Amino acid sequence: MGKLLSHRLAVPLVIALLVVALSFAMPSNFYYRVAALVWISALAVIGLNLLMGYAGQVSLGHAGFFGIGAYAVAVLPPQFGLHPLLAVLAGAVATAAIAFLVGRPILRLKGHYLAVATLGFGILIAMTISNEAWLTGGPDGMPVERLTLFGWRVRGADTWYWISGGLLVIGAWIACNLVASPTGRALRALHDSEVAARVAGIDVARAKLTVFVISAVYASVAGSTLALVNGFVTPDKANFLHSIELVTMVVLGGMGSILGSVAGAAILVVLPQALTGFHDYEHMILGLIMMVIMIVLRAGIVPSIAAFFQGRRNK
Amino acid sequence: MPELLQFCVSGLTVGAVYALVALGFTIIYNASDVVNFAQGEFVMIGGMTTVFATAAGVPLPLAVIGAILVAMVVGLLLHRLAIEPARGASPVTLIIITIGASIFLRGLAQVVFDKQFHSLPAFSGDTPIRFGGAAILPQSFWVLGGAAVIVVLLWAFFNRTLIGKAVLATAANRLAARLVGINTSFVMGLSFVMSAAIGAIAGILVTPITLTSYDVGMLLALKGFAAAMLGGMGNPLGAVVGGLAVGLLEALGAGYISSTYKDAIAFIVILVVLFAMPGGLFGKASVERV
Repeated sequence: MGKLLSHRLAVPLVIALLVVALSFAMPSNFYYRVAALVWISALAVIGLNLLMGYAGQVSLGHAGFFGIGAYAVAVLPPQFGLHPLLAVLAGAVATAAIAFLVGRPILRLKGHYLAVATLGFGILIAMTISNEAWLTGGPDGMPVERLTLFGWRVRGADTWYWISGGLLVIGAWIACNLVASPTGRALRALHDSEVAARVAGIDVARAKLTVFVISAVYASVAGSTLALVNGFVTPDKANFLHSIELVTMVVLGGMGSILGSVAGAAILVVLPQALTGFHDYEHMILGLIMMVIMIVLRAGIVPSIAAFFQGRRNK
Repeated sequence: MPELLQFCVSGLTVGAVYALVALGFTIIYNASDVVNFAQGEFVMIGGMTTVFATAAGVPLPLAVIGAILVAMVVGLLLHRLAIEPARGASPVTLIIITIGASIFLRGLAQVVFDKQFHSLPAFSGDTPIRFGGAAILPQSFWVLGGAAVIVVLLWAFFNRTLIGKAVLATAANRLAARLVGINTSFVMGLSFVMSAAIGAIAGILVTPITLTSYDVGMLLALKGFAAAMLGGMGNPLGAVVGGLAVGLLEALGAGYISSTYKDAIAFIVILVVLFAMPGGLFGKASVERV
């Protein structure tokens, strides 16, 4: 099974099966909607996991890129008459450009210094979005035009379930290919030791920058998709807490695990929905669960479970 | 000119609070390599406990002591129940644990206290003191004075007491400290208790000026973390200078440039400083050993 899962087609296939299988178990539109939110978050988390899990570089500002994607589909169609799909593309290109420009100086920093720099950068994006009310509607957010494809209005939770699920499978497939490529090997090498990687002839700065740009584009596309699904955007999807949420999803699911990214996203999206009945105690329970999982399953859920089964088989 | 002085005083007052939060970060980081994102919650616990104790009729001095003790217990529990069991986990995992703790404490405060904003009466009246055309609140002197006393006490603790030196030794090299007979687990617990106390004092001193509520912790933790990094992570002097600098920059930026981008100014400066000096203002350039 371990060998099967390491094949670069296996993981996207498992996710595709999951998307299809779950669709048979959806009692209502509400569940379709929550599942769509899981797929969208998982897409952003896979991108961030490429950066954190494979290259070992932390980013506490990824929600900023998420926000750029979200606001691109909110702002560009009404202001410039751009088709929403082109707006998604424009958001992704803009995100890539910004990540490229900022990535060079930021990625020279290490450890906690990198954390605080990405944190500051993310906060700058979030503040710009919530302060430039003439463009973005300010803290209250703004509506997003519904997506229309070939005269067909895309609507309904089940439709978005399939679209976001499809995007997730594509995202996972690209990520698996990237990980298996020479760039992916370079990333894992620099994760272990930058010096050793450099000695082996890897352009460390370029490898880091590449994965930073790619992970930012994942976040941007996820942000655009969420904005289209909700039909509304608010600045809190770009703020620090959402960045932390994304990082938590990565670590919870498992660093360097694509399937783990989906698991981490599922837990942190579904848990608050399940806890709304206890709204007074919601934060206490959420914080407690985060702590307990991280203490007990330190490597993250999917790698811990995998290690458990591997250990049993070897006995 | 009086305007500038006014901005400087309010900036230094808030900066002193950031400095204390940053010091808390530094103490825990040095003893255990943990970046404690629940540091801001200690500030909240200090302020909120004092508010609710005084409202229940407890005299202010007793309420203050009680609040500091509550924070110290929370700090100890955080170390014993969440950090110690996760010993050996990666830095990011530990950060997530402290963020989980911060969310938990915020949720707990929301249940135990409430979701309103609260204030305390100023310790020695509200009559502003006129100084060079600027009006300075007496409470500002309490904050600045309190911060100065804490810094001096900490300095004495680290340089003049055996336990303080044990903490320094643990910070320098944990294994070597254990080899010479230092109980490093005790030292780590102590660092959490001390940081909690410092945070709580900061929260109590500043509540008459800035108000407090169950959710003030996160932003304070961010600013304190940024201040600690600006000064150079792990450097107590850097933490104090970094904290005061962030407070000053914010006040000057809000006054002269744009109050809506107040928080952004501090972060822009931090980004610029880090690009020029990747180890912070007082940090040593780190060399990776192979």
